Amino acid sequence: MTVNTDGLSAQRIAQAVTDRKLSALDATEAALARIAAHDSVLNSFTDITADRARATTKAIDAKIAAGQKVGPLAGVPFAVKNLFDVKGLATRAGSKINRDLALSSRDATLIERMEAAGAVLVGALNMGEYAYDFTGENVHDGPSRNPHDPTRMSGGSSGGSGSAVGGALVPIALGSDTNGSIRVPSSFCGVFGLKPTYGRLSRARSFPFVASLDHLGPFARNVSDLALAYDAMQGPDADDAACTTRPVEPVTSMLAEGIDGLRVAVAGGYFQRNVFPEAVEAVSRVAKALDATTKVEIPEAARARAAAYVITTTEGASLHLDRLRKRPNDFDPAVRDRLIAGAMVPAPLVDRAQKFRRWYRAKVLELFKSVDVIIAPATPCVAPKLGQVNFVLDGVELPVRANIGIHTQPISFIGLPVVAVPVPLEPMPIGVQIIAAPWREDIALRVAHALEQMGVAAAPPPRGLSRGL
Amino acid sequence: MTVENPLDDYIDAVTKALALPVEEAWRPAVRANLEVSLRLARLVDEFPLPDETEPASVYTT
Repeated sequence: MTVNTDGLSAQRIAQAVTDRKLSALDATEAALARIAAHDSVLNSFTDITADRARATTKAIDAKIAAGQKVGPLAGVPFAVKNLFDVKGLATRAGSKINRDLALSSRDATLIERMEAAGAVLVGALNMGEYAYDFTGENVHDGPSRNPHDPTRMSGGSSGGSGSAVGGALVPIALGSDTNGSIRVPSSFCGVFGLKPTYGRLSRARSFPFVASLDHLGPFARNVSDLALAYDAMQGPDADDAACTTRPVEPVTSMLAEGIDGLRVAVAGGYFQRNVFPEAVEAVSRVAKALDATTKVEIPEAARARAAAYVITTTEGASLHLDRLRKRPNDFDPAVRDRLIAGAMVPAPLVDRAQKFRRWYRAKVLELFKSVDVIIAPATPCVAPKLGQVNFVLDGVELPVRANIGIHTQPISFIGLPVVAVPVPLEPMPIGVQIIAAPWREDIALRVAHALEQMGVAAAPPPRGLSRGL
Repeated sequence: MTVENPLDDYIDAVTKALALPVEEAWRPAVRANLEVSLRLARLVDEFPLPDETEPASVYTT
């Protein structure tokens, strides 16, 4: 191997592979070696698809040898939350029960698109059971761990995705976000995460949670890689009823356009309450860098969070009703008890939550007439300790699990695109949400890129691992 | 001594109607979760909305 890929961006790996300075096989072997060396600490992977990955790389290297064109992610190793269908694996979705499912006969659409762009799938990643989780803990597979301090949570439910990218095992991972499950692990693990507009990326052949709130998206260690993955995955898909028919809107070439003329405001009220000092500091640094001096009040955000909670617990209960009847003892008891309770919420209250959602969405969209970007905390705190049950916020002792997502839920509730940017505070990083109007991922990514250029946002080296990058 | 909770009768009725198994050991956690869900649902319920309001189950505009 002529190039050391440890910590190398996806963009640089692809460039080196395309320029024949590095083979796709060597890039993949290096990722497999990093996983072998560090995943005993991180526990981010549940499946390693080494044979498949090597076969994929051979096809890429043969193409390059033959002088054929390869995609913008040529030879880039990536991994997916284990709720994505991977051909030949049972889609466990963090559960014990799903291990009995038939093996998938076809990859999820987003895996197919990543591989069509030249990326190489190296495995599937740990997650909270059935995605009903903000901690990254899992009773069946053990917790995925924080790459900056393995005694702390990775965040969830895409915990393995945050951990694997934060630990620099792979440059890109895919995850899902129903109420914050991309943005929370991005915040805790100190990486960039994109939750696109609801309907932007196909969810075909991924295991669902809450149909009206489920999104898929990428994690990366820099904004260029995030945009490359996002661009590779865009496009209509008849296999996902909610997937947009809008044309592909590539953003990679727009990142350097800068942020001149963009109107940036800080979310006030609800988003400034219930936060620890580190979240205040992170938002303050981002606001200062963006010269955001105005505040906007997102109306009824607490009620929006409540409605998202109600829709989640009831749609989740509906999804799992038969499994709750037949195999209740095979669930994580905490997940099971939440889902059973969800089945008991009267239907009119759920309908009212969906109707409130329409009202709330219209009100928030009005805000985007006067601002282009809203910034808000991604999590109220840095990663708590694994197993931590309560924290004290504003003098009140609150359950950790239920309160980690209080700032993400009112945003995904109406499908707004968000880039979670990592602010590298010491000793632990924390994320800030860069929120844009529907279908304006380009704006959120441009702002994230500008923050990265200014040094305000960055994925710190994984100081919880014996060897850094 | 067992203290009756007003939600217990409701939990019994719904578990029967939906054929959901709820073992006694799970009941406190199920009840606690249901209390949270109902409290948050009430917060939404209290908010007045016009009769014409459409639900937003899925939107892709």
